[in-house]
Amino acid sequence: MSEILDRARAQVLNDGVGLDEAQTLEVLRLGDDELPELLQLAHDVRMKWCGPEVEVEGIISLKTGGCPEDCHFCSQSGLFASPVRSVWLDIPSLVEAAKQTAATGATEFCIVAAVRGPDKRLMDQMREGVKAIKAEVDIQVAASLGMLSQEQVDDLVDMGVHRYNHNLETCRSHFPNVVTTHTWEERWGTLKMVRDSGMEVCCGGILGLGETLEQRAEFAAQLAELDPHEVPMNFLNPRPGTPLGDQPVVEGKDALRAIAAFRLAMPRTILRFAGGREITLGDLGTRDGLLGGINAVIVGNYLTTLGRPATSDLELLQDLKMPVKALSATI
Amino acid sequence: MFCDRCGEPAAQGDHSGCAAARELEPPRFCPDCRRRMKVQVVPTGWTATCVEHGTRTS
Repeated sequence: MSEILDRARAQVLNDGVGLDEAQTLEVLRLGDDELPELLQLAHDVRMKWCGPEVEVEGIISLKTGGCPEDCHFCSQSGLFASPVRSVWLDIPSLVEAAKQTAATGATEFCIVAAVRGPDKRLMDQMREGVKAIKAEVDIQVAASLGMLSQEQVDDLVDMGVHRYNHNLETCRSHFPNVVTTHTWEERWGTLKMVRDSGMEVCCGGILGLGETLEQRAEFAAQLAELDPHEVPMNFLNPRPGTPLGDQPVVEGKDALRAIAAFRLAMPRTILRFAGGREITLGDLGTRDGLLGGINAVIVGNYLTTLGRPATSDLELLQDLKMPVKALSATI
Repeated sequence: MFCDRCGEPAAQGDHSGCAAARELEPPRFCPDCRRRMKVQVVPTGWTATCVEHGTRTS
Protein backbone atom coordinates (compact mmCIF):
# COMPACT_ATOMS: atom_id res chain seq x y z
CA MET A 1 0.00 0.00 0.00
CA SER A 2 1.29 3.50 -0.74
CA GLU A 3 2.21 5.80 2.09
CA ILE A 4 -0.57 8.26 1.36
CA LEU A 5 -3.21 5.53 1.57
CA ASP A 6 -1.75 4.38 4.89
CA ARG A 7 -1.95 7.94 6.19
CA ALA A 8 -5.46 8.42 4.81
CA ARG A 9 -6.62 5.24 6.51
CA ALA A 10 -5.42 6.50 9.87
CA GLN A 11 -6.35 10.15 9.45
CA VAL A 12 -9.62 10.01 7.52
CA LEU A 13 -11.09 6.59 8.16
CA ASN A 14 -10.11 6.28 11.78
CA ASP A 15 -10.14 9.90 12.94
CA GLY A 16 -12.54 11.55 10.48
CA VAL A 17 -10.08 14.29 9.55
CA GLY A 18 -10.10 15.11 5.84
CA LEU A 19 -6.97 15.21 3.70
CA ASP A 20 -5.41 18.63 3.15
CA GLU A 21 -4.52 20.03 -0.28
CA ALA A 22 -1.06 18.44 -0.50
CA GLN A 23 -2.37 15.07 0.62
CA THR A 24 -5.27 15.26 -1.83
CA LEU A 25 -2.78 15.94 -4.61
CA GLU A 26 -0.84 12.83 -3.62
CA VAL A 27 -4.02 10.81 -3.96
CA LEU A 28 -4.80 12.33 -7.35
CA ARG A 29 -1.33 11.26 -8.49
CA LEU A 30 -1.76 7.61 -7.51
CA GLY A 31 -1.33 5.13 -10.34
CA ASP A 32 -4.04 3.03 -11.93
CA ASP A 33 -2.71 -0.04 -10.11
CA GLU A 34 -3.64 1.57 -6.80
CA LEU A 35 -7.09 2.73 -7.89
CA PRO A 36 -9.02 -0.31 -6.56
CA GLU A 37 -7.47 0.12 -3.12
CA LEU A 38 -8.16 3.87 -3.20
CA LEU A 39 -11.81 3.34 -4.12
CA GLN A 40 -12.23 0.76 -1.36
CA LEU A 41 -10.79 3.17 1.18
CA ALA A 42 -13.05 5.99 -0.04
CA HIS A 43 -16.02 3.64 0.21
CA ASP A 44 -15.03 2.61 3.74
CA VAL A 45 -14.77 6.30 4.70
CA ARG A 46 -18.18 7.05 3.24
CA MET A 47 -19.76 4.07 5.02
CA LYS A 48 -18.18 4.95 8.37
CA TRP A 49 -18.84 8.69 8.38
CA CYS A 50 -22.00 8.95 6.25
CA GLY A 51 -23.59 5.51 6.33
CA PRO A 52 -25.07 3.36 3.57
CA GLU A 53 -27.94 5.67 2.62
CA VAL A 54 -27.97 7.45 -0.72
CA GLU A 55 -29.73 10.79 -1.19
CA VAL A 56 -31.69 10.88 -4.43
CA GLU A 57 -32.56 14.17 -6.11
CA GLY A 58 -34.23 15.43 -9.25
CA ILE A 59 -33.51 18.80 -10.84
CA ILE A 60 -35.54 21.09 -13.07
CA SER A 61 -34.80 24.20 -15.06
CA LEU A 62 -37.33 26.90 -14.22
CA LYS A 63 -35.71 29.39 -16.56
CA THR A 64 -33.51 28.04 -19.34
CA GLY A 65 -31.01 29.87 -21.52
CA GLY A 66 -30.40 33.56 -22.13
CA CYS A 67 -28.02 33.92 -19.20
CA PRO A 68 -25.90 37.10 -19.26
CA GLU A 69 -22.87 35.34 -17.74
CA ASP A 70 -20.07 33.72 -19.73
CA CYS A 71 -19.36 30.45 -17.89
CA HIS A 72 -17.34 28.81 -20.65
CA PHE A 73 -18.83 25.36 -20.14
CA CYS A 74 -22.47 26.41 -20.22
CA SER A 75 -24.83 26.08 -23.16
CA GLN A 76 -27.27 28.45 -21.44
CA SER A 77 -25.09 31.52 -21.76
CA GLY A 78 -26.62 34.08 -24.09
CA LEU A 79 -23.11 35.14 -25.08
CA PHE A 80 -22.27 31.99 -27.07
CA ALA A 81 -23.63 30.51 -30.31
CA SER A 82 -25.35 27.67 -28.46
CA PRO A 83 -28.55 26.15 -29.88
CA VAL A 84 -30.25 26.41 -26.47
CA ARG A 85 -33.10 28.93 -26.58
CA SER A 86 -34.55 30.81 -23.65
CA VAL A 87 -37.67 29.25 -22.13
CA TRP A 88 -39.62 29.55 -18.86
CA LEU A 89 -41.44 26.69 -17.17
CA ASP A 90 -44.98 27.38 -15.95
CA ILE A 91 -46.06 26.52 -12.40
CA PRO A 92 -48.34 23.54 -13.26
CA SER A 93 -45.46 21.96 -15.20
CA LEU A 94 -43.10 22.64 -12.31
CA VAL A 95 -45.43 20.90 -9.88
CA GLU A 96 -45.85 17.98 -12.28
CA ALA A 97 -42.07 17.63 -12.51
CA ALA A 98 -41.86 17.58 -8.71
CA LYS A 99 -44.49 14.85 -8.63
CA GLN A 100 -42.58 12.80 -11.21
CA THR A 101 -39.41 13.25 -9.18
CA ALA A 102 -41.08 12.19 -5.94
CA ALA A 103 -42.51 9.15 -7.68
CA THR A 104 -38.97 7.88 -8.31
CA GLY A 105 -38.35 7.83 -4.56
CA ALA A 106 -36.30 11.02 -4.62
CA THR A 107 -36.54 13.22 -1.53
CA GLU A 108 -34.96 16.35 -3.00
CA PHE A 109 -36.15 18.55 -5.86
CA CYS A 110 -33.90 21.40 -6.96
CA ILE A 111 -35.30 24.31 -8.95
CA VAL A 112 -32.65 25.94 -11.12
CA ALA A 113 -32.58 29.14 -13.16
CA ALA A 114 -29.94 30.28 -15.66
CA VAL A 115 -29.39 33.79 -14.35
CA ARG A 116 -26.67 35.93 -12.80
CA GLY A 117 -29.02 36.38 -9.88
CA PRO A 118 -32.79 36.39 -9.50
CA ASP A 119 -34.91 39.44 -10.35
CA LYS A 120 -38.36 40.17 -8.91
CA ARG A 121 -40.11 38.15 -11.61
CA LEU A 122 -38.04 35.07 -10.83
CA MET A 123 -38.42 35.44 -7.06
CA ASP A 124 -42.20 35.80 -7.51
CA GLN A 125 -42.20 32.67 -9.69
CA MET A 126 -40.18 30.85 -7.03
CA ARG A 127 -42.53 31.85 -4.23
CA GLU A 128 -45.56 30.69 -6.19
CA GLY A 129 -43.84 27.51 -7.36
CA VAL A 130 -42.47 26.43 -3.97
CA LYS A 131 -45.85 27.06 -2.35
CA ALA A 132 -47.61 24.97 -5.00
CA ILE A 133 -45.11 22.12 -4.68
CA LYS A 134 -45.34 22.05 -0.90
CA ALA A 135 -49.13 21.93 -1.14
CA GLU A 136 -49.14 18.90 -3.40
CA VAL A 137 -45.86 16.99 -3.18
CA ASP A 138 -44.01 15.41 -0.25
CA ILE A 139 -40.50 16.43 -1.22
CA GLN A 140 -37.85 18.84 0.00
CA VAL A 141 -37.26 21.86 -2.22
CA ALA A 142 -33.83 23.23 -3.03
CA ALA A 143 -32.95 26.15 -5.28
CA SER A 144 -30.14 27.34 -7.52
CA LEU A 145 -30.69 30.88 -8.75
CA GLY A 146 -27.20 32.35 -8.98
CA MET A 147 -25.84 35.10 -6.79
CA LEU A 148 -28.16 36.43 -4.10
CA SER A 149 -28.66 39.55 -2.02
CA GLN A 150 -29.26 39.18 1.72
CA GLU A 151 -32.92 40.06 1.16
CA GLN A 152 -33.24 37.25 -1.40
CA VAL A 153 -31.57 34.79 0.96
CA ASP A 154 -34.10 35.74 3.61
CA ASP A 155 -36.96 35.38 1.13
CA LEU A 156 -35.87 31.86 0.17
CA VAL A 157 -35.71 30.85 3.84
CA ASP A 158 -39.20 32.29 4.27
CA MET A 159 -40.44 30.23 1.31
CA GLY A 160 -39.18 27.06 2.97
CA VAL A 161 -36.28 26.36 0.60
CA HIS A 162 -34.09 24.12 2.72
CA ARG A 163 -30.92 23.92 0.61
CA TYR A 164 -29.27 26.35 -1.80
CA ASN A 165 -26.95 25.29 -4.59
CA HIS A 166 -24.29 27.66 -5.80
CA ASN A 167 -21.29 25.95 -7.35
CA LEU A 168 -17.83 27.46 -7.20
CA GLU A 169 -17.33 25.37 -10.39
CA THR A 170 -13.55 25.17 -10.10
CA CYS A 171 -10.71 26.31 -7.87
CA ARG A 172 -9.99 29.96 -7.24
CA SER A 173 -6.81 30.00 -9.36
CA HIS A 174 -8.55 28.54 -12.44
CA PHE A 175 -11.87 30.38 -12.16
CA PRO A 176 -10.81 33.43 -14.23
CA ASN A 177 -10.04 31.07 -17.13
CA VAL A 178 -13.60 29.75 -16.99
CA VAL A 179 -15.74 32.78 -16.08
CA THR A 180 -14.96 36.45 -16.68
CA THR A 181 -18.29 38.15 -15.98
CA HIS A 182 -18.13 37.64 -12.23
CA THR A 183 -15.58 36.47 -9.69
CA TRP A 184 -15.01 33.42 -7.54
CA GLU A 185 -15.17 35.74 -4.55
CA GLU A 186 -18.66 36.92 -5.49
CA ARG A 187 -19.83 33.32 -5.48
CA TRP A 188 -18.11 32.75 -2.14
CA GLY A 189 -19.99 35.75 -0.74
CA THR A 190 -23.36 34.28 -1.66
CA LEU A 191 -22.35 30.96 -0.10
CA LYS A 192 -21.47 32.67 3.16
CA MET A 193 -24.85 34.42 3.29
CA VAL A 194 -26.61 31.13 2.61
CA ARG A 195 -24.62 29.39 5.33
CA ASP A 196 -25.43 32.11 7.85
CA SER A 197 -29.14 31.95 7.00
CA GLY A 198 -29.49 28.36 8.19
CA MET A 199 -30.16 26.95 4.73
CA GLU A 200 -28.03 23.97 3.85
CA VAL A 201 -25.17 24.81 1.51
CA CYS A 202 -24.77 22.81 -1.68
CA CYS A 203 -21.58 23.68 -3.50
CA GLY A 204 -19.47 21.74 -5.96
CA GLY A 205 -18.31 22.11 -9.48
CA ILE A 206 -17.23 20.58 -12.74
CA LEU A 207 -14.11 18.53 -13.35
CA GLY A 208 -12.53 18.64 -16.78
CA LEU A 209 -12.53 22.42 -17.31
CA GLY A 210 -8.84 22.36 -18.20
CA GLU A 211 -7.67 22.44 -14.60
CA THR A 212 -4.43 20.73 -13.57
CA LEU A 213 -4.24 18.01 -10.93
CA GLU A 214 -2.81 20.63 -8.60
CA GLN A 215 -5.86 22.80 -9.23
CA ARG A 216 -8.17 19.83 -8.67
CA ALA A 217 -6.55 19.38 -5.25
CA GLU A 218 -6.82 23.13 -4.63
CA PHE A 219 -10.53 22.95 -5.41
CA ALA A 220 -11.08 20.05 -2.99
CA ALA A 221 -9.29 21.99 -0.26
CA GLN A 222 -11.35 25.13 -0.91
CA LEU A 223 -14.57 23.14 -0.78
CA ALA A 224 -13.42 21.48 2.44
CA GLU A 225 -12.82 24.94 3.91
CA LEU A 226 -16.37 25.92 3.00
CA ASP A 227 -17.61 22.63 4.51
CA PRO A 228 -20.82 22.41 2.48
CA HIS A 229 -23.61 20.03 3.37
CA GLU A 230 -23.48 18.68 -0.18
CA VAL A 231 -20.91 18.66 -2.98
CA PRO A 232 -22.25 17.88 -6.45
CA MET A 233 -19.54 16.49 -8.72
CA ASN A 234 -20.10 17.19 -12.39
CA PHE A 235 -17.87 16.10 -15.25
CA LEU A 236 -17.67 18.33 -18.29
CA ASN A 237 -20.00 17.30 -21.07
CA PRO A 238 -18.62 19.58 -23.82
CA ARG A 239 -21.49 21.56 -25.28
CA PRO A 240 -21.58 22.69 -28.91
CA GLY A 241 -21.05 26.41 -29.36
CA THR A 242 -19.39 27.00 -25.98
CA PRO A 243 -15.71 27.93 -25.54
CA LEU A 244 -15.11 24.50 -23.96
CA GLY A 245 -17.07 22.69 -26.66
CA ASP A 246 -13.96 20.87 -27.90
CA GLN A 247 -12.48 20.10 -24.49
CA PRO A 248 -11.75 16.37 -24.03
CA VAL A 249 -13.89 14.56 -21.49
CA VAL A 250 -12.31 13.37 -18.25
CA GLU A 251 -10.96 9.82 -18.44
CA GLY A 252 -13.03 7.38 -16.39
CA LYS A 253 -10.19 6.38 -14.11
CA ASP A 254 -9.27 10.02 -13.49
CA ALA A 255 -12.91 10.71 -12.61
CA LEU A 256 -12.98 7.84 -10.13
CA ARG A 257 -9.67 8.97 -8.63
CA ALA A 258 -11.12 12.46 -8.20
CA ILE A 259 -14.29 11.13 -6.56
CA ALA A 260 -12.25 9.14 -4.07
CA ALA A 261 -9.89 12.07 -3.43
CA PHE A 262 -12.79 14.45 -2.78
CA ARG A 263 -14.33 11.90 -0.41
CA LEU A 264 -11.05 11.65 1.50
CA ALA A 265 -10.86 15.46 1.66
CA MET A 266 -14.47 15.71 2.90
CA PRO A 267 -15.35 12.53 4.78
CA ARG A 268 -18.75 13.69 6.08
CA THR A 269 -20.26 15.61 3.16
CA ILE A 270 -22.96 14.42 0.80
CA LEU A 271 -20.97 13.74 -2.37
CA ARG A 272 -23.35 13.68 -5.28
CA PHE A 273 -23.00 12.25 -8.76
CA ALA A 274 -24.24 15.02 -11.04
CA GLY A 275 -24.00 15.90 -14.74
CA GLY A 276 -21.64 14.27 -17.20
CA ARG A 277 -21.22 10.95 -15.42
CA GLU A 278 -22.95 9.07 -18.23
CA ILE A 279 -20.36 10.29 -20.73
CA THR A 280 -17.31 10.10 -18.48
CA LEU A 281 -18.07 6.90 -16.61
CA GLY A 282 -20.94 5.06 -18.28
CA ASP A 283 -22.97 2.41 -16.46
CA LEU A 284 -20.01 0.54 -14.99
CA GLY A 285 -18.38 3.71 -13.73
CA THR A 286 -21.58 4.80 -12.02
CA ARG A 287 -21.42 1.58 -10.02
CA ASP A 288 -17.72 2.10 -9.29
CA GLY A 289 -18.38 5.65 -8.11
CA LEU A 290 -21.08 4.50 -5.71
CA LEU A 291 -18.55 2.02 -4.36
CA GLY A 292 -15.82 4.66 -4.27
CA GLY A 293 -17.12 7.54 -2.18
CA ILE A 294 -20.35 8.77 -3.78
CA ASN A 295 -23.44 8.80 -1.54
CA ALA A 296 -25.98 10.81 -3.55
CA VAL A 297 -27.23 10.93 -7.12
CA ILE A 298 -29.21 13.15 -9.43
CA VAL A 299 -31.67 10.84 -11.11
CA GLY A 300 -33.33 11.32 -14.46
CA ASN A 301 -32.55 14.19 -16.77
CA TYR A 302 -30.42 17.26 -16.15
CA LEU A 303 -31.17 20.86 -17.09
CA THR A 304 -30.48 20.75 -20.84
CA THR A 305 -29.18 17.21 -21.33
CA LEU A 306 -30.54 13.76 -20.58
CA GLY A 307 -29.43 11.28 -17.95
CA ARG A 308 -29.90 7.61 -17.30
CA PRO A 309 -33.48 6.56 -16.58
CA ALA A 310 -34.15 6.95 -12.86
CA THR A 311 -35.10 3.28 -12.72
CA SER A 312 -31.57 2.28 -13.78
CA ASP A 313 -30.02 4.14 -10.85
CA LEU A 314 -32.63 2.93 -8.38
CA GLU A 315 -32.15 -0.69 -9.48
CA LEU A 316 -28.41 -0.23 -9.08
CA LEU A 317 -28.88 1.09 -5.54
CA GLN A 318 -31.06 -1.90 -4.73
CA ASP A 319 -28.44 -4.22 -6.18
CA LEU A 320 -25.76 -2.54 -4.06
CA LYS A 321 -28.00 -2.72 -0.97
CA MET A 322 -27.81 1.03 -0.53
CA PRO A 323 -31.13 2.38 0.81
CA VAL A 324 -32.53 5.65 -0.49
CA LYS A 325 -32.33 8.30 2.21
CA ALA A 326 -35.71 9.06 3.71
CA LEU A 327 -37.34 12.47 3.72
CA SER A 328 -36.32 14.60 6.68
CA ALA A 329 -37.08 18.25 7.20
CA THR A 330 -34.16 20.37 8.34
CA ILE A 331 -35.58 23.84 8.22
CA MET B 1 -35.01 17.51 -43.75
CA PHE B 2 -32.45 18.61 -41.19
CA CYS B 3 -30.45 17.04 -38.39
CA ASP B 4 -32.26 17.89 -35.15
CA ARG B 5 -28.98 18.20 -33.25
CA CYS B 6 -26.78 20.38 -35.47
CA GLY B 7 -29.36 21.84 -37.85
CA GLU B 8 -27.45 20.95 -41.01
CA PRO B 9 -29.12 19.09 -43.90
CA ALA B 10 -29.60 15.50 -42.79
CA ALA B 11 -28.66 14.12 -46.20
CA GLN B 12 -25.32 15.94 -46.29
CA GLY B 13 -22.31 14.95 -44.25
CA ASP B 14 -21.92 12.41 -41.49
CA HIS B 15 -24.41 12.78 -38.63
CA SER B 16 -23.49 9.57 -36.82
CA GLY B 17 -21.87 11.66 -34.08
CA CYS B 18 -25.06 13.68 -33.76
CA ALA B 19 -27.11 10.49 -33.55
CA ALA B 20 -24.87 9.16 -30.79
CA ALA B 21 -25.01 12.44 -28.89
CA ARG B 22 -28.79 12.53 -29.20
CA GLU B 23 -28.96 9.49 -26.92
CA LEU B 24 -28.26 11.93 -24.10
CA GLU B 25 -29.63 15.18 -25.54
CA PRO B 26 -33.02 16.49 -26.62
CA PRO B 27 -33.40 17.81 -30.16
CA ARG B 28 -32.48 21.45 -30.66
CA PHE B 29 -33.39 22.13 -34.32
CA CYS B 30 -36.67 21.47 -36.05
CA PRO B 31 -36.05 18.64 -38.53
CA ASP B 32 -38.58 20.18 -40.94
CA CYS B 33 -37.29 23.75 -41.14
CA ARG B 34 -34.06 23.89 -39.02
CA ARG B 35 -35.46 26.61 -36.77
CA ARG B 36 -34.09 26.45 -33.25
CA MET B 37 -36.77 24.98 -31.04
CA LYS B 38 -37.79 25.99 -27.53
CA VAL B 39 -36.82 22.95 -25.48
CA GLN B 40 -37.85 22.15 -21.92
CA VAL B 41 -36.14 19.21 -20.24
CA VAL B 42 -37.89 17.70 -17.22
CA PRO B 43 -36.68 14.82 -15.03
CA THR B 44 -38.52 12.21 -17.04
CA GLY B 45 -38.56 13.64 -20.56
CA TRP B 46 -38.54 16.72 -22.78
CA THR B 47 -40.70 18.84 -25.06
CA ALA B 48 -39.38 20.72 -28.09
CA THR B 49 -41.48 23.35 -29.82
CA CYS B 50 -41.02 24.83 -33.28
CA VAL B 51 -42.99 28.01 -33.89
CA GLU B 52 -43.96 26.68 -37.32
CA HIS B 53 -44.19 22.90 -36.89
CA GLY B 54 -45.49 22.46 -33.36
CA THR B 55 -44.39 20.46 -30.34
CA ARG B 56 -42.54 17.16 -30.18
CA THR B 57 -42.13 15.15 -26.99
CA SER B 58 -39.83 12.41 -25.76
